[in-house]
Amino acid sequence: MIRTFFVVLLLLGLGAVFAGLMVGYTPDAELNATARYYADNTAADTGAANIVTAIIVTYRGLDTLGEVTVLFLTAAIVALVLAAGREKDPASRIAPPPAGELLTTGSRLLAPLILLLGVYVFANGHLTPGGGFQGGAILASAVLLLLLTDPLRHFGHRLISVVESLSGFIYVLIGVAGVVLAGGFLDNRILPLGDFGALLSAGAIPVIYTLIGLKVGAEFASMLVSLSETEEPR
Amino acid sequence: MTLVTTVMGLLLALASVGAAVVAIRVRSLPVAILAAGLVSLLAAVLFVLLAAPDVAMTEAAIGSGLTTFLFFFVLGRVRGGGDHD
Repeated sequence: MIRTFFVVLLLLGLGAVFAGLMVGYTPDAELNATARYYADNTAADTGAANIVTAIIVTYRGLDTLGEVTVLFLTAAIVALVLAAGREKDPASRIAPPPAGELLTTGSRLLAPLILLLGVYVFANGHLTPGGGFQGGAILASAVLLLLLTDPLRHFGHRLISVVESLSGFIYVLIGVAGVVLAGGFLDNRILPLGDFGALLSAGAIPVIYTLIGLKVGAEFASMLVSLSETEEPR
Repeated sequence: MTLVTTVMGLLLALASVGAAVVAIRVRSLPVAILAAGLVSLLAAVLFVLLAAPDVAMTEAAIGSGLTTFLFFFVLGRVRGGGDHD
């Protein structure tokens, strides 16, 4: 009874806080100085049609490198914690009940399409909404679909970690190349800007976003594969 | 923001709150997982309405795609464990 009372009190308090915020809210009629700069200069500076991507990859590229690092740390910690429970001999694993016909056939049809969509999303990150993180997550969901169909399916840890480390390494190399060849760390103008709106345009942005997509996809995939390979608790 | 988008936004917000309540209250785990995924999906539609397609893609890919898959995967593992409870 007292607990319910406190929960209701807490909810009312939260509601009052949010109501206070909502009542005092007036949407901005025009862009503030930073947003105005991005809106006016992105196309000329970076050649990217999608301003959000230009901000994420170029203007705020260092923050994105930080995000990728955080995700890498998470994947490394998950792998470290779950490696303790990994089965030594894959053949000794108990076969789970077979997946249904619908799931098996459906994933055979969908997995290549999902992979293709993931690649499309990160390769077109500078033109259309989306980018490396979204595309990487889509790639990983294809891997998850395959794992869902056949939990004993073997994915090469070595391949995943090579893709992950190589793309991270090249990402940083491109960033350093920006310092040497262009205006600063992660400057995209180390490559020609090309025609505005073309697939191969906006300098290094498509390259960087492809690398981020591969890296994020490999990190999510490695987490999922480690998760699926842990031993059943006995 | 026009009246139509405001009304649609309100409806979506109400629907996602409803789906969240279903996710918490329902007894069956698969239905709860689907309802939790629905919350993310409705949030993604809301982000599209609010002109943030990049955020919407992240929400749809991770929130309603990957997380829902992952929950089902874990649910299958837990049930596949079988004889211990």
